[in-house]
Amino acid sequence: MPTESAPAPAQPRATALPMASASARLRHYGRSVGAVLWKDLSAELRSKELISAMLVFALLVILIFNFALELDRTGRENVAAGILWVTTAFTGTLGLNRSLAQEKDRGSLDGLLLAPVDRSALYFGKALGNLLFILTIQVIMLPVFTVLFDVNMVQPMLLLVVVLGAVGYSAVGTLLASLAVHSRSRDVMLPILLFPVALPVLVSAVRATGGVLTAAAWDQIYPWLNLLLVYDVIFVAMAFMVFDFVVEE
Amino acid sequence: MIQTRSLRKSFGLRPVLRGVDLEVAPGECLALVGPNGAGKTTLLRILATLTKPTAGLVRVAGLPLPAAAGEVRRRLGVVAHHTLLYSDLTADENLQFYAHMYALIGAGPRIVAVLEQVGLAARRHDLVRTFSRGMQQRLAIARALLHDPEVLMFDEPYTGLDPQAADMLDQVLVAARQGGRTTLLTTHDLTRALALADRVAILARGIIVFSAACRGLDPRGFGETYAAAVASVGAFNPTGALPSPERTLRS
Repeated sequence: MPTESAPAPAQPRATALPMASASARLRHYGRSVGAVLWKDLSAELRSKELISAMLVFALLVILIFNFALELDRTGRENVAAGILWVTTAFTGTLGLNRSLAQEKDRGSLDGLLLAPVDRSALYFGKALGNLLFILTIQVIMLPVFTVLFDVNMVQPMLLLVVVLGAVGYSAVGTLLASLAVHSRSRDVMLPILLFPVALPVLVSAVRATGGVLTAAAWDQIYPWLNLLLVYDVIFVAMAFMVFDFVVEE
Repeated sequence: MIQTRSLRKSFGLRPVLRGVDLEVAPGECLALVGPNGAGKTTLLRILATLTKPTAGLVRVAGLPLPAAAGEVRRRLGVVAHHTLLYSDLTADENLQFYAHMYALIGAGPRIVAVLEQVGLAARRHDLVRTFSRGMQQRLAIARALLHDPEVLMFDEPYTGLDPQAADMLDQVLVAARQGGRTTLLTTHDLTRALALADRVAILARGIIVFSAACRGLDPRGFGETYAAAVASVGAFNPTGALPSPERTLRS
């Protein structure tokens, strides 16, 4: 049982960054985004839970499609785009769900919500982490695709489409995963919510990828790239505005 | 420092808090006790800005909630059921992360100091997943103290602690009182509540049914007082109605 004791020796005090100026608040915002991203990357580098699950799933999907579809070169170029983005969609959903579910199940989501930082910073930190995980899987997938489907998937324009598509999917996926994480049936809820909303990203990415692979004219590829870019901007802006409401209990 | 007036919280149609009036003066330690399902954790989550009330007034550190939630969080340290730690990071990395989130500059010495305070300095560079439950709870306390908050909230912090860790937590609470921090502690341990706190309040079925200074209470008789206070709000009533206020115990 406690007893009143002599006062403890003085400890170093905590010094907080003064938040009076807009630049100080912006600096704190940026540091918070960086801290959340660093935290997710460090934890994942040690545990490798997300990446290993996503990678195995992605390779399995590619292999199954490769064996199931025996096509000539033209056929492979036409279906490769669809297979790439189906794989990305399912793999990305797996990663998105687990990323937020871990925070919720271990109780650390409350730790993030207790921090004195605009909650959109939490969103951007998580979304950037999810984006990096998706891009990591795609970086590994693309050479595998090239070998198995005999289609050159490592092209600059294609890489641009892959990045824009991943940004859009990660942006909307992180937002909806934050919503679904509070539900008991979140494993089912996230795909139900995500796939219809992410359809414009997936369709645009598939059409743009297909155009690049079949060496279509620029005016056939550009509208889909444009749509991807617009979608990315809209969803990132929307997530910035509504994340606070989504993540609260 | 902490104030609620007619605080209500419902989840859907189910009322959890039914008009809680609570006041914790600056530098005071209030122990909030009550049976399971009384609403202690819900009340604490509202005060900690993790959820919004359905109705009523809430002020923490003198600031209104939810309007000034961001500023309240800066002044608040919380030790919850979960440790809020990342098991794949080391103790030092966890505290570095929270130092960034709380905008602390030059946090290195402060991290070392809080780890020494909770007796984990030697395990600073070990992964949290290698810690026992008691050690994780100690690190959670270090996390809550890191940014030197004015207000501390502990939600049943003694759960799962070994005697050594429990004694350490007692010392933290004593030091918090001596340091003038305002503290709110929820616990099932009535003896500890009376020994550590300045005042004790009993929450049952979403209302405060008893509140008194600990100094005037007999620890041996408090168990009966507690049972009577909890019983005064009655067993489950399908209509959801509560007994009249005259039946509740007063200090």
